[in-house]
Amino acid sequence: MSDILLEVNGLKKYFPIKTGIFSKTIGHVKAVDDVSFKIKKGETLGLVGESGCGKTTVGRSILRLIEPTGGEVIFDGKNITNMPQKELKEYRKQMQIIFQDPYSSLNPRITVGGMLTEILKFHEIAEGEAAEKRVEDLLEKVGLRKIHARRYPHEFSGGQRQRIGVARALSVEPKFIVCDEPVSALDVSIQSQIINLLQDLQKEFGITYLFISHDLSVVEHISNRVCVMYLGQLVEIADRDELYADSRHPYTQALLSAVPVPDPNKKSKRIILTGDVPSPAKVPSGCYFHPRCPKVFADCSTIRPELAGKGDHVQRCLLYPESYPKKSAAA
Amino acid sequence: MEEKDIQAKQKLMNVPESGNGLTKSQLESQQQVGVSYWSLVKHQFKKNKLAVISLYIVITLVFLAVVADFLASSKPLYAVYNGTTYFPVVKDYLNDFGISKWEPDMINANWKQLDNENKLESVIWTPVPYGPREIDLSNSLNPPGGDHYLGTDPIGRDLLAGLIHGSRVSLAVGFVAAGIALLIGIVLGSIAGFYGGTVDIIIMRFVEIMMTLPTFFLIITIVAIYGSSIWYIMMAIGLTSWTGDAKLIRGEVLKVRNMEYITAANSIGLPNSQIIFRHVIPNAIAPVLVSGAFAIAGAILTEAALSFLGFGVAATTVTWGSLLNEARSASNAWWLAIFPGMMIFIAVVTYNLIGEGLRDALDPRLRD
Repeated sequence: MSDILLEVNGLKKYFPIKTGIFSKTIGHVKAVDDVSFKIKKGETLGLVGESGCGKTTVGRSILRLIEPTGGEVIFDGKNITNMPQKELKEYRKQMQIIFQDPYSSLNPRITVGGMLTEILKFHEIAEGEAAEKRVEDLLEKVGLRKIHARRYPHEFSGGQRQRIGVARALSVEPKFIVCDEPVSALDVSIQSQIINLLQDLQKEFGITYLFISHDLSVVEHISNRVCVMYLGQLVEIADRDELYADSRHPYTQALLSAVPVPDPNKKSKRIILTGDVPSPAKVPSGCYFHPRCPKVFADCSTIRPELAGKGDHVQRCLLYPESYPKKSAAA
Repeated sequence: MEEKDIQAKQKLMNVPESGNGLTKSQLESQQQVGVSYWSLVKHQFKKNKLAVISLYIVITLVFLAVVADFLASSKPLYAVYNGTTYFPVVKDYLNDFGISKWEPDMINANWKQLDNENKLESVIWTPVPYGPREIDLSNSLNPPGGDHYLGTDPIGRDLLAGLIHGSRVSLAVGFVAAGIALLIGIVLGSIAGFYGGTVDIIIMRFVEIMMTLPTFFLIITIVAIYGSSIWYIMMAIGLTSWTGDAKLIRGEVLKVRNMEYITAANSIGLPNSQIIFRHVIPNAIAPVLVSGAFAIAGAILTEAALSFLGFGVAATTVTWGSLLNEARSASNAWWLAIFPGMMIFIAVVTYNLIGEGLRDALDPRLRD
């Protein structure tokens, strides 16, 4: 247990679909359906997938910003899934989040310094002059200047705002930060600055990251291990190098083939997926991916594969015998 | 954009002009303080000349209302009588607040009579030497000009004195009624918007029930049952006109609630009250302030209409509406209709123009 910081077991989040004047529930959108993974202390776990596959919902459910429908989140050996809000305050200090949109994630009416001192005061970290000093330290840590504390968010560029977002997450000295697509809204040159900042901070403070992104090259750069998500489920988990060298799930292969290679002479085989992502309100039978899978065969539409594999590399695909469900194999 | 405009904006945004020869440290000291949202709004508001003029007019009206007793009073500002120096207007205030007392023989002194009989050794009258309730039947329905600058009403009261003192009632009704409406609207609207669900449904159905109550008839009923008082009117207008504010702020809160900085505040673990007051309301309040400016105008108009119908304030209180009412019984006295009507018109128009200026200043799409 000692080197596992965060354990997610069977996390589920269903959003009810309501209709009519009496708001009758006619179904559920399974945004996150039975997701389990573990994050070791000090590592970065990448979480990739298309838009709408439930990556953000996973991140926010872990922090209880969205109440999960089922499953459990164990942080540092303690189950926080059903913890009352009062007790949760202590864990709010240890788990933080960095948002995707640096424009809507900062309150436009409060100065940067005001925002940070509010947090420091609330969590009884520092007050008065000590708080001011700490705000200055934080700003310098993320590559901003002291005088920026008196400015309002609209006076900063997107990259600077994202640095402020990082400073906010850092202010409570967390052990774990969910990075929810922190660089997707930034242009490429700024992206690398923020990524490097996150890596430097990880080295300095030993912070653990859950790095959510749809950009595989960014994830390859920053992660130790990578989870691939499709339609609310994890389809493959592997060490970074192994995943990029030897991906097993056809979906992961298709994603990787879409990553641009900066070499004009190299012809890569691009796997083009057909069809749209199915609605999470009406998931396909069998394997969720089978209507779009280039390697589909008979069993795919009837048998629901399980996440299994050899060692640390697991996948959810019937091309590999270990993914056949145990019960139906006996039948 | 004109050159001047660009310069003004650069100054505001603390963007240094290129090549203006400032050293780095000078630039840094220039950029010490951030530009808040409200200072941007102020800058934008100032561009609207009509709204700025209206603001000055309103400030003037407020000033008139505050110093009304020093502008129009039946007592002099300064007088020497029997070798004693008096400041009767100031003394009245001190007397009301219990700081000092009138001498028993002077409390009901008729200063005008004393002046006419040349018993005052020295006297300075207010610019309009009449009180708003000073009845003088020998001077009824005097036309404008002469001793009474704007004429008198059927019982000889000075019209200008009435207008000056009437501004007190009108402004008080406007501010207090709009203030009550804003307070109720903001509290209920932000609770409904922030918590949503059943709370939202209950509050919004209550708002809809309140909206069906006809304000005007409700006020007339209240006045009929409890008697006429300026406080009842303020309360009645305020308690019936908050529904629009509540709906407006609920909509804004719904929008703000889904912003990521609210999620961020949640992830910090801040309590709901702190999130609502520090993060939600400041971002949702701007459009409601606009409606507040219009609400003041509406309340002034409602009070004037009530007083015109004779349901308003007590007969002894002079308001613009009650002066207008006098014009009904004296159809030849045009000044009784024109001047109070003009005051109501000016007050209502200026508040509306301020409201519009505020709305434009808050609208980010109109910013260039």
